[in-house]
Amino acid sequence: MTTETLVRRSANPARKADAKQQGLGLGARMRRHWQLYAMLAIPLVWLAIFAYWPMYGVVIAFKDYNVVDGILGSRWVGLKHFERFVESYQFWRLIRNTVVLHVYELVATFPLPIILALGLNMVRRRWYSRSVQLITYAPHFISTVVVVGLIVVLVDPNTGVANQLLGLFGLGPVDLLSNPGSFRHLYVWSGAWQTMGFSAIIYLAALTSVSPELHEAAIVDGASRLRRIWHVDLPAIRPVAVILLILNIGSILSVGFEKVLLMQNSLNLEASEVIDTYVYKLGFASQVPQFSYATAIGLFRSVVGLVLLVLANTFARKFAKSSLW
Amino acid sequence: MTTTMQAPAPVRETRADRIVMICNYAALGLFTLAVLYPLVYVFSASLSDPKNVASGKVWLWPVGFSLDAFKAVFDYGSIVSGFSNSLIYAIGGALLATVLTLFAAYPLSRQGLPGKGLIMALFVFTMMFSGGLIPTYLVVDRVGLLNTRWAIILPAALAVWNVIITRTYFQVTIPEELLEAARVDGCSDFGFFWRVVLPLSKPIVAVNMLFYAVAQWNSWFSALIYLTNEHLFPLQLVLRQILIQHNVDPSQIRDTSELIRLKELQEQLKFSLIVIATIPPLLIYPFVQKHFVKGAMIGSLKG
Repeated sequence: MTTETLVRRSANPARKADAKQQGLGLGARMRRHWQLYAMLAIPLVWLAIFAYWPMYGVVIAFKDYNVVDGILGSRWVGLKHFERFVESYQFWRLIRNTVVLHVYELVATFPLPIILALGLNMVRRRWYSRSVQLITYAPHFISTVVVVGLIVVLVDPNTGVANQLLGLFGLGPVDLLSNPGSFRHLYVWSGAWQTMGFSAIIYLAALTSVSPELHEAAIVDGASRLRRIWHVDLPAIRPVAVILLILNIGSILSVGFEKVLLMQNSLNLEASEVIDTYVYKLGFASQVPQFSYATAIGLFRSVVGLVLLVLANTFARKFAKSSLW
Repeated sequence: MTTTMQAPAPVRETRADRIVMICNYAALGLFTLAVLYPLVYVFSASLSDPKNVASGKVWLWPVGFSLDAFKAVFDYGSIVSGFSNSLIYAIGGALLATVLTLFAAYPLSRQGLPGKGLIMALFVFTMMFSGGLIPTYLVVDRVGLLNTRWAIILPAALAVWNVIITRTYFQVTIPEELLEAARVDGCSDFGFFWRVVLPLSKPIVAVNMLFYAVAQWNSWFSALIYLTNEHLFPLQLVLRQILIQHNVDPSQIRDTSELIRLKELQEQLKFSLIVIATIPPLLIYPFVQKHFVKGAMIGSLKG
């Protein structure tokens, strides 16, 4: 083997696999791999039916869908449903509730796993950090329905512990779940309870990749513990944190819909009606299902979410030097 | 996760550092207790005498031991059927979804497969944009799955995120040399996948199975919109009726001698139900947590 080919091969390892096939045309290469395509065919059929067919179905947002005429036959109405949504009295309330809920959630719960990971990383007694991890991961495995059920029994106005606690401070029993003012706090902090431990994993992994020499050098230089967290640990976490933040911003209009729906009742609607629950109601819980209108609102939400994701990514690439793509 | 770094023993700990350390231990401890408390409370309440729960005497330990609430759960017909339905959905769904994921991930992990980039893009695009609730419902309706068990299993049969993780795993663990050696021996792509790749990929198969099974076990919303037949309802939907909508059917609680007692038992049922629904996942969780952690880590390699 000449030095030249050696350099070429190591410079572009992906080519290595093609070495044998280089003489072959595209058709021959595809025929040679027919078994791989046969495997791919099954998931691709699934993808076509359950992911791309619904994407095509989105056209009903621009039509007046009715069951008899189907998707193709229904009449085109242009942007009628979008205009109706933007002009409806629900519009600003839905936007406000959705954005406030998720921004609150992001601001409150994003830093928590980082703090937890930093704290755990400092602990030198193995059994201690292991027990903390074992217990704090546990709620991650509990289903949303059960978590909301837990909230219901804990804040029950008659028997729940939350109200007994309030009673100690002389505050009367409050039905926290039926109170628009407390809905967001319950939603966000129960979410923190459930996800914080498990979300810390990824940061802990980033922290373990920090070379101990960095810490040793910092100690020799007389850096205190807090200084080492600031100058050694935090920079190690930053790339992961930025990527998770981008993902979070991209899904700011969509996440948590199932939990919101579970926690919703007629008394806390003022704070708990978000875009997705409204779409669900229009489509499935109203007397006359308004499929086209509901789809238009859902499409509006998806497009805004996609735009936010792209914006966040561009921003991150520019200023934090790490990004999704 | 057991990879807490063993920090090098410092030369000399300053006073400030020691204070930070003590605060850290204390804060972690308090936080852990706060996470634990709701679970302990519900567990104690479920074991207590219904009277004491209703009057608020229970706050940490069980007061007046009683197992009536648990008996009520096992007598409650729709809970039992929901439990077995959920088992079917979780096991069936996990098997199907894992097969689909492997079939998608393996070819996409192979170098030099024409069209690979395009197909990958087709998968990834669905993570960023989807048809949404109603168009998906119309498709499920159109293919005739509505009100069948397939409506729960099929639409959830592939998570693109898992395809990415599994593909990364194959790329990292299956060396190219192995494939070339197998080719020399006249092994086909199917044969290689079946006889070489699968036996080497047990951890990622386990991760996929667990992920899909847990997702199915916890899912309720697809059942809410796709199913109307109560005999097909998964456990989570039954739990929602009882725990959140307070829909307890008195005829399904056998022990109905006194009215007040029945009322107490209805309330108590919620606690025991939460305990019963929480225990199976929490019991297996210490054994599977390392797989979940591994899954999260492989994903973070190439997010």
